[in-house]
Amino acid sequence: MSSGSALARTPGEPARSGADVRLSVEQVSYAYSANPSQAPLFTLEATSFQAKPGEIVAILGPNASGKSTLLQLIAGALAPLSGRILLDGFVTHSLTPKTRAQRIAVVQQESRLLFPARAWEFVLQGRHAHRRALRFESEDDIIIARNALAQVGAADLSDRWMDQISGGEKQRVILARALAQQPLLLLLDEPTLHLDIAAQVDLLHSLRRLAAENRYTVVVVTHELNLAAEYADQVVLMQRGRCLRVGSPATIYQRELLEQVFQTPLTVELGSSGRPHVTVLSER
Amino acid sequence: MRPLTLRRLFLQCLVLVLILFVVVVIAIKFGAVPVSLYALGRDVLRVLFGRSSQISSDYGLIVWNIRWPRILLGIIVGASLSVAGTSFQALLRNPLADPYVLGVSSGAALGAILALIAEPFLALSPALSALLTPMGAFVGAAATIAAVYFLGRREGQIDSTTLLLGGVITASFLSAIIMFLMTTVTSGNTRGMAFWLMGNLSTSFQKSVYWFLGIGFFLAAGAIYTTATDLNLLLAGEKEAMHLGVDVPRVRLVVYIAASLLTGLAVSVSGAVGYVGLIVPHIMRLVFGSDHRTLLPTAALGGAIAVVFADTVARTVVAPSELAVGAVTAIVGAPLFIYLLRKGAS
Repeated sequence: MSSGSALARTPGEPARSGADVRLSVEQVSYAYSANPSQAPLFTLEATSFQAKPGEIVAILGPNASGKSTLLQLIAGALAPLSGRILLDGFVTHSLTPKTRAQRIAVVQQESRLLFPARAWEFVLQGRHAHRRALRFESEDDIIIARNALAQVGAADLSDRWMDQISGGEKQRVILARALAQQPLLLLLDEPTLHLDIAAQVDLLHSLRRLAAENRYTVVVVTHELNLAAEYADQVVLMQRGRCLRVGSPATIYQRELLEQVFQTPLTVELGSSGRPHVTVLSER
Repeated sequence: MRPLTLRRLFLQCLVLVLILFVVVVIAIKFGAVPVSLYALGRDVLRVLFGRSSQISSDYGLIVWNIRWPRILLGIIVGASLSVAGTSFQALLRNPLADPYVLGVSSGAALGAILALIAEPFLALSPALSALLTPMGAFVGAAATIAAVYFLGRREGQIDSTTLLLGGVITASFLSAIIMFLMTTVTSGNTRGMAFWLMGNLSTSFQKSVYWFLGIGFFLAAGAIYTTATDLNLLLAGEKEAMHLGVDVPRVRLVVYIAASLLTGLAVSVSGAVGYVGLIVPHIMRLVFGSDHRTLLPTAALGGAIAVVFADTVARTVVAPSELAVGAVTAIVGAPLFIYLLRKGAS
């Protein structure tokens, strides 16, 4: 299939007021190659979008479209080839790891533990960036960790071992650790990957509530079209390292566009909530 | 929630210090010439009251000039190897990492031997000359862990099994070179082959060497301790640790250098005593949990206890002959290694 030449590129929504913008991704590109002398194996073309406090941005696209790379760039873990990413005016990549962790929390696809830990120990790890070296956890740290667990409805899991709770429960504890970091920006990389549908809805519902309550800016990478439509304020649509569109779910969810990106026939209807709903059609 | 407090850490260490004290007393008491506890207590009091001239000379000789230096060496070697093992386990994210299993001890031994061989040709001042062996051991340890680290990588990730296999092969290769050097280069001052390959605590050193070892241990172990909470997070993976605020390259460098230094120090005075860095942290984790703020000091004390005890067994079990302390630790450690390997695989 040829590249999306039929698609007009919208470089971010125009006329967004600059004053209350928290996250600003400005013409960011990246190239990954196994060896500096070789042609890059993967490139992310210039991508731009902005997000305000309390907003949820979904980065949507098929596999290998550059979603996770974009998230790592926003997290400051990778340095962009060109362009810049600002969080409240600071370039995320230039912050020290400690300052970055005080402002940005990242929830990865999975957290593997080498040695068993209890849920509260795990959540307290989120306080690491706020603690001075060699100091023990303060009363404040403990209160914050306890509140974080309560906010995700996991207060009863506090004393359980991490390897003895279900996938959905584990995901909530991981989210609680991110909340304990008291970040401005919450980044999630396919958080629903190993969850059943009830746990998926539960997680995104929590995110919606937390974004509103704590004024986090949330950026979530997903390929769950309908969950993104239901919970996101903005969608960044990616395909093969290109950012095709940025906009509200209603403007992005067009049948031809999604069919072309996900390479499968589908229908788009307006759901009861006023948000679009996608049904993938079987070709057979 | 029961977060760690300074008080709890202190109590845990106090228990281990008391156990270490008991083991030290046992180590002084038992041996080819038995020492009665009464005589020992009386002599300690005499020293305290400044009447050391009243101590019978052969008793004093056995306790203070033979057994006590050896116990002190055991304490430093055990603590060093145990802290090095704990650090390598966190650094490589592998609960089976140990200086001996990974070949780091063999690398340190080879470095020390090369330094001993080179020493007569270098015409250094006596002070520098004394430092040459531990320096050689440190360089050998650091080079080996770097080599094993690259051998253990598969597609850019550290693969647990490949890493261990790489370590075992490296150890076997380095041991062969040690044997070759010991057989061909006959220098007066290179100690025995068995010393380097199995390790023992029978060498006695000048007083300054014990000071050097002690200060070296506290500096290196102290540097590792400043990264204790970072190591807790590093266990979840480098990327995740970075997102939680750990300066991963800095922590890796500090721990890599300090752990190589600890291995080098221990091997330069005792040869390659194996499995201490594997057994002790494992037991301490079971008893006190896997928080490195507790694990590092308890592993240091536990390592001291384990090596002093193992050496007492090595000295007495076939008396008047003597086993290498490395043989005792290997007899206990190797089966535990197999057990942990099988448990991890299931």
